[in-house]
This record gives sequence, structure tokens and C-alpha cells, in this order.
Amino acid sequence: MSVPASELKAFRADVSAWLADNKPADPGFLLPQSFMEVGSEQQLDFLREWQHKLWSAGYLGMAWPKEYGGQGVAGAFQKVADQEMARHDVPICFNTIGLNWVGPMILDIGSDAERAKYLKGILSGEDIWCQGFSEPDHGSDLGNAQTRAVRDGDDYVVNGSKIWTTLGNFAKYMILLARTTPNTERKYDGLSFFLAPMQIPGVDAHPIRKITGEYGFNQMFFTDARIPADCMMGEEGDGWRIAMKTLEYERGVSAGQAGGLWMIRVLADDAITQLQGHTRDGDAVLADPMVRDRLVQLAMEEKALQLGQKRAGISALTTDYPFSLPISGKYRATEYTRRLRQLAVALQGSDGALYVGDDDVRDGGFWQRAYFNAFSATIGGGTTQVQANIIGEHVLGLPK
Amino acid sequence: MTKSVIGSLAMEFSDEQAMLLDVAREFCRDKSPMDVVRANLETDTGYDAAVWQEMVDLGWAGIALPESVGGAGLNIGAAVPVMEAMGRALLGTPLLSTTLAGQLLARAGGAQAEPWLAKIAAGTVATVAHLESADWGSESYLATIDSNGLIDGRKSYVGDAGVADIFIVVVSADDNPALAMVTRAQLGADAVQMNTLIDLTKRSGKVDFSGVTVSQDALITGPAVATALRDFRLLGALLVAAEAAGTAASCLDTVVEYLKTRKQFGKLIGSYQALKHPMVDILCGVDNARSFVYHAATVLDDEPLSEDAEVACRMAKSQATDILEYAGDRAVQFHGGIGFTWDCNAQLFIRRAQWVRQAFGDALHHRKRLANSLLDQFL
Repeated sequence: MSVPASELKAFRADVSAWLADNKPADPGFLLPQSFMEVGSEQQLDFLREWQHKLWSAGYLGMAWPKEYGGQGVAGAFQKVADQEMARHDVPICFNTIGLNWVGPMILDIGSDAERAKYLKGILSGEDIWCQGFSEPDHGSDLGNAQTRAVRDGDDYVVNGSKIWTTLGNFAKYMILLARTTPNTERKYDGLSFFLAPMQIPGVDAHPIRKITGEYGFNQMFFTDARIPADCMMGEEGDGWRIAMKTLEYERGVSAGQAGGLWMIRVLADDAITQLQGHTRDGDAVLADPMVRDRLVQLAMEEKALQLGQKRAGISALTTDYPFSLPISGKYRATEYTRRLRQLAVALQGSDGALYVGDDDVRDGGFWQRAYFNAFSATIGGGTTQVQANIIGEHVLGLPK
Repeated sequence: MTKSVIGSLAMEFSDEQAMLLDVAREFCRDKSPMDVVRANLETDTGYDAAVWQEMVDLGWAGIALPESVGGAGLNIGAAVPVMEAMGRALLGTPLLSTTLAGQLLARAGGAQAEPWLAKIAAGTVATVAHLESADWGSESYLATIDSNGLIDGRKSYVGDAGVADIFIVVVSADDNPALAMVTRAQLGADAVQMNTLIDLTKRSGKVDFSGVTVSQDALITGPAVATALRDFRLLGALLVAAEAAGTAASCLDTVVEYLKTRKQFGKLIGSYQALKHPMVDILCGVDNARSFVYHAATVLDDEPLSEDAEVACRMAKSQATDILEYAGDRAVQFHGGIGFTWDCNAQLFIRRAQWVRQAFGDALHHRKRLANSLLDQFL
């Protein structure tokens, strides 16, 4: 669906005006920098209210069908709304796993009943979703998941543990990858996929304290948890296929996401601006030739990422390796983000040694916290190193 | 209010440009297989005159010159896909020198330039003689021209000096830059001394113009010359970047192919992450180079280059230079022992990378200028 530029322009003005009027005031406590960092009820309540407000105004899930709570308009509108959210620096939409991974996946391959049951609650923020893929002993090696689900009457009885579960302590549902058949010839074939309720006996969440000192991730323990059999998506053994489909949305390889910011936007401009007024070797930091070269490289990397997104849409300019840009998107963007934030701390002189809580720390410790939190993206969703394998094998055709 | 350091993100590519890219890639692939590239290393000119004539017939010599002088009437962005295709096939021709000579002249010259442009569009090889030292950042000229049109000065690194029929000599006329049009027939017998270049697909030389006299109609002066020279340097950086992006892509393919076939310790060596992951970084670097190059092609026109265009050309050169340097270097290493030999094509890539690095300014040069454009506003 292509939308006339004039229509998008008018829409941009509308969203921008709405955001300016409705951007919430600073709540007086630290807000999460991404959806993976919701550590307190206080943060959760605040973000839930914000997401509900955005959705009620019609700026979330715009491309989803009306019957499921969307607006039924072209995805281009959501893109504009997201850009404006970033530009206005509004809080994140915390229910990211539902909005951008589970929701589009259910829209794509789910049944009508599943669509009707789950989609609207994702958009409104009423139903919080978490993801049960990684296990303590199987982080990047997802296909080797060992959490067991054994059929017993109308239920599956689940035992095992999942880890790095964002929002696990608050979630109503989990997308759960569990082994229904052990010892299959291919490890992938024994896996099944559940849209599993979380607020049931036998499911316990243990919050994990992160390098930032804050919370957000959990380890989930399943002890004879009974999950109704009709919560299985597809058939037994379809787990790997559905998990891979979900990852396409998570990694941004496929479109259809409901939108909303999933992490605060930190740009090269921000890293540069925070250096204004500070000195290095007695002169402005931004006058130091070595620093300037690093910052120009940073700006180039950010610009190249954005230009790459545009070039990806021009088929004549992607004939060599048609999927290299989308498949390498996570690899490049998350590593860029980490380097940007690391550099922003590194150029602070002795202030780089301060942390959240110190009176003199710059911007309340924003950059230190942002740098540490960047690892959630370079590790989560398939580490950078696994991404490099995927790109090498699937794009360049190098052997496994 | 400061401006974002990211700036313009324009990226367009018309069906016409897509067709040109297709034609150019096919042409270069056909005309320049590796055995032909290698045969041309040993020749005086570095290219096959018949292939050059075909390129002229395709309209590429005057691709960005106005139709009034016999050109194709496209803007200089149209040369980008052609240069990328040439780089991919390591095809040596005087197209870069000739195209840039045409641009400098068209941008500086007005009506006075037209007869010269008509010759260029018709396939006469032209080149710009501007450098006097290894310093690409220097913008002053020791070569002078006096009121009688007498030139005094020598120029270095003059591209395709051995075959050019038209030399556009950048000289100082009363301390202002001017362009003197010199034809090969005006040069003394020993005026041209060819360089021994690290990249044997390229040709350049030292040229002594001392004693040559040009007539008034062959001397272009005025304020447009300085702007045209600035734009010539930026366009040179861009076209070299486009060529380098193509070469880096081809280098990537060459190494990937080797990693898919060579076995050591019982495994294909491409399965080792120590080799696989750097290849991924080369792929991403080549992707970025192509994005910058085609972004630059989008924001260029026949007017003096805009700030966006200047930034785009510099970023393209910085990115393409760095990635080809890395790709060429790794190409030698990842081929193992065979990579150290003359017969392995890795040598062509690493040698091209050294030539590309310096041509029209290295990455540090361009990033230094970019810092001035982008960061000074924050001071």
C-alpha cells in the first residue's frame, strides 16, 4: 500500500501535535531505557498507562486490522508515528514482545481464534507478554531447549527453567518453546510452541539483578505447571518453525510490528552534545583531533545504517546479496549502539568513573546505564557472534 | 540550534540508472575477465583501445556532459554505476581521468570550454594535471602562467598521462587558480615520465609543462575555477569510492569462493569463525560503502556541490577506502601461502587498495574535513 506523501505529512503533523500535548511529565523516578528494564511496579504502572493512552489515541498497531484493535491503515503511518515518538523522546512502549514479535507472528500464522483472543490485549497493554526461549544451559543454542512438556489429559505438564525472561514477573502470557518429544533424530523436531498462561500454579519468577544494579530479567521455574493443551500453537513438533518465524519479527527481518518505541533513542548527536562545554587536555573535547575522528566515524556508521535501510528497498542496488541488509540489521545496529554509548562514557574524563546516584554524574548516569544496557541487545535475541555466523552462512553461503 | 550530524538520507535510483548499472556490469564482466586484466598489467597503456572505443560508443566518455556538446546530458551521478562496474571487474581505462576532466571543465568553463568538451564527449582522452606533491590536501599551486600564456611548472601523479591528448593544467595566474588547456602535441619529447605504480591496472606520470604557451582561448580564469576545482576533488573522491566499492565487492566474492572450497584440518576453512566473522564485517563494510556511494549519486547535480553533497562524497571515500584496504589485506592473509604469490588474484586487490587509499585524499583527510563540517557547530 503506497500512501501519498501529502497524507503522511499531514499525519505527521497530527501525531507530533498530539505527542507534544500528551508527553508525560518526568515521573521523578528512573524510567527504563528499554522494554528489558522494567524492574518495579511503579515503572510498570507508569508505562502501562502511557501505552494505553497511545493506543487509545490510535497511534499503536495502526497497520493491524480494526477487528483486533488496530486502525487497518498502511504500515507507513505507524512508521511515521514511531519516528515522531522518537523525535519527541516519549517513554517506551513496554509490551514490546507482544507488540512486535508475538502479535505480528499470530497475525501471520495464528488461527482466527488466537487472533481474537490475544491481539487486542497486547495493544491495550492489558495483557503483558514474555518470551520463554532461552534456558540456563542453552542460551544461543535455542534448538537444544530442554524444558519438558508432557501431555496429560487436557493439559501439558511443564517442568524446567527459562532465563533472561523480560517482564516474566509481570506477564500474563508467555510464548513458550518446550520439548514435547525427547530424543528425536533432529533436536528441532521435538519442540512445540505454546501461548502459555503464566499466572497459574507451578510457575515462579525469580528476578535477576543486572550489571546496572537494576532488574528487568527473570529466571522462570516450571514445576509441574499444567498448561491447557489448546494453548499449543500449531501441532506438536511445530515449535522450531514457529520460533523461527517469531525471530524474524524480533530481528526486524519481517514487517508487521505494531510499533511503538522499544528502547529510548540515543543518537550520535546526543553523544556529541553531551560533550559540549567539557575540556580535554585544556581545550574543548570537541576540538581534539583524535576525538573528532572517532565521532565522525560514529556519525558515518549511524548514517550508513539509515541509508542501508533505504537502499534495502531498491532492488537494483541489492542484487549481490539480496538479504544482506535486513539479515545483518541486528548485528550492525546493536553493535553500533554499544560502541556509541561506550564512547560517550569513555570521553567523559574522570566523570566516566561515576555512576547513577552520584551527585556529579553526568545526566544522572544516563550514559553509564545506557552503555551497560546496550549488552541486552548485543546478547539477547541471538548474540552478535551468533548473528555473524548466520550472516556468514545464510548471506555469504560460507560452510557451517 | 545545531544541525544533526546525520544530515540528508536521500536515496533514489531510477529505472534508467538501474538499466545503466546492468549494462555496465555485463559489459565490464565480458570485457575484463581476470586473464585479460592480467594481460593488461604488462602493457604501456594498461587497457585495450578497442574496449575504450566501445565505451565511448556507449556514450560513457560524455555521460555527464550536456547534449549540446555531444554528451548524454545526464548528471555526474550517472557515472557512479559505471565506475562501480569497472571497479568490480578491475577494468582499466582512462574513463576516470576523462570524466573528471570533463566535469572540471564544464563546471569552470562556460562557452569557452565547449569545443574542448565536444572533443572529450567524442572520446578524446583528457586528464587533469593538478597535484605537485604527495599532499592531496594542498590547494595552492606553484605552477604559474604569465600574461603571455607561458606556463612554468611540473605536475605529479597525472592520471593516464601516457595516453591523454588533452591536459587541463591547474596553474596560478596572478595568484588565482586558472585552467590551461594543453594538447599532447604541445609537449616536449621528454615532458612525460611515467610512474611505476603499486597498482598495475592504473597509469600516471610526471609531466613537465614548462615552456608551453597557451592562447587566450585555451585559458580559463575567473571565480568559477576555484569552486570547480573544489568540486572536481570531491567528485574525484566519489568516483574513486564508487570504483573501490565495486572492487571491494569483487574481492569479497573472491575470498568467499576460496573459503568455500579450501580444506584444512579436514574442514572447509570458511567454517572457522576466525575467517567467517571478518568476512561478515567486510560484507557489512561493502554494504555501507555502496549505500554512501549511491546516496552521494542521489544528491549530486550540475550545480556547485551542496553541503549535503560534499559530506556524501567525503563519507563515500572514507568508507570505501577503509573497507577495500581491509578486504585486500584479508584477501592475502586468508588465502594462506598461495595468497603471498603473484599468481593469486589477492595481489590485484591489495595493490588496488593502496592506490585507492591515496587517490583524492585518504580516509583521515576526508574525516578531518568532515569533522570541520559536522562538529565545528558544536564548539
